[in-house]
Amino acid sequence: MTELATYNFAYLDEQTKRMIRRAILKAIAIPGYQVPFASREMPMPYGWGTGGVQVTAAVIGPKDTLKVIDQGADDTTNAVSIRAFFQKTANVRVTTRTAEATIIQTRHRIPEAALQTGQILVYQVPIPEPLRFLEPRETETRKMHALEEYGLMHVKLYEDIARHGHIATTYAYPVKVEGRYVMDPSPTPKFDNPKMHNSPALQLFGAGREKRIYAIPPYTEVVSLDFEDHPFEIQTFSQPCALCGAKGSYLDEVILDDKGGSMFVCSDTDFCEVRQEKGHRGHLAANPAEAAE
Amino acid sequence: MRAATQVFEGGFSDAVLNSQEVFRALMDAMANPGLVIPVRDLVNAPAPLQPVMAAIAATLFDHDATVWCDKAIAGSDAATGWLKFQTGLELTSTPSDAQFALIRDVDTMPSFEAFAKGTSEYPDRSTTIILQVAGFDGAEVLTLQGPGIEHTRSFAPSRLPKLFIDQWAANRAAFPRGVDLILAGKGALAALPRTTRVLKREA
Ligand SMILES: [Zn+2]
Repeated sequence: MTELATYNFAYLDEQTKRMIRRAILKAIAIPGYQVPFASREMPMPYGWGTGGVQVTAAVIGPKDTLKVIDQGADDTTNAVSIRAFFQKTANVRVTTRTAEATIIQTRHRIPEAALQTGQILVYQVPIPEPLRFLEPRETETRKMHALEEYGLMHVKLYEDIARHGHIATTYAYPVKVEGRYVMDPSPTPKFDNPKMHNSPALQLFGAGREKRIYAIPPYTEVVSLDFEDHPFEIQTFSQPCALCGAKGSYLDEVILDDKGGSMFVCSDTDFCEVRQEKGHRGHLAANPAEAAE
Repeated sequence: MRAATQVFEGGFSDAVLNSQEVFRALMDAMANPGLVIPVRDLVNAPAPLQPVMAAIAATLFDHDATVWCDKAIAGSDAATGWLKFQTGLELTSTPSDAQFALIRDVDTMPSFEAFAKGTSEYPDRSTTIILQVAGFDGAEVLTLQGPGIEHTRSFAPSRLPKLFIDQWAANRAAFPRGVDLILAGKGALAALPRTTRVLKREA
């Protein structure tokens, strides 16, 4: 407790929280629109999700249970550090279980388990502007959003088709929110895009370096950009998870040995563990009898 | 001196945790339009500020917040003194300059047009209008639809601004520009962000 007393609750000072809270309310009222905010220095480097951390810090309270994932895993250095940061500064409960969390801070994935009403998903966003790689000037991208000039974005996706025969963009695949703003879903795989549509959960996005907050309220239309003759499709995997046997979850390749052996397993470690606890087994899972000993 | 001291009493007993609690109610309300969210009485402010309206002010306002108050509130030195002391807000007499508006007399408030709607490039530079109402069991039941509402939601605040249906339709039509509403009742609050569509009236 003596150590806790040296921190502001959730690290940020109250004035900064108020500023972020005002931005969050506007972001929810204008789904997909990037609200500027005065991002603060955080005791971690920018690449570590300072935008998401600031959003979580402005929202979190003593009744919350926090889960932090990085590429779907709760046990990476980034996820462990952020979880420890909020345990230390806000003394909140933490969990790896998606179903038990009230706030889930994420980098690169949306959990496989369906989110519930009342849950808040906080995304760490490196580059919030979906038009940035087409137009580097902020004044111009502002105008394009204001005028709904999204033709360039379609041209970019269509060039993909011309070159590759399909839309080659697999991460940070742009979406249109509630028929108005084109939005970057952060570098999640496009596999996760359909989960953003009509989610019962509130989705908040924080970009620290770029100083932007945006949001998708629950039950909001989120449509991945596509073309009539080239409809949006998610990645599919030819095999089930090697550990839990799940079909239809997002898989990562894990190298097993230096001879090129590998297996494909769920990127969402909690999803995979819960399935294994329930007795689901993939073809490379430990023998259930051995595991029980 | 004694009177002056009384004016300034009645703020949050725990500024950090109380404001977090009220903010979460506000965020829930904005994310779920028309849903009535209970809030504890956490402050005690001078009339005509009711506890929930005053708690919202204490949660959102500071010296970076420009606030317009209607006559009932602006005319009370005790109320404006409390707000200034508790939040450090900056008062404005021009509704279109306000980031927030505090309204006690919903019947006689200016039209939504009088407030800031933001620009097409910065629609967030708009007024959030905070209305003080008696409750959410009014005779007129609105049916709401839009982001934050799975199908439809019924909403029956005890008071609404004049010509609300028409005014709100015009506000909705200006999207992404527009005002957002927060309604502060007794022990509860609710919100109508600019995205919400008011479908029809029921008896
Ligand atoms: Zn698995």
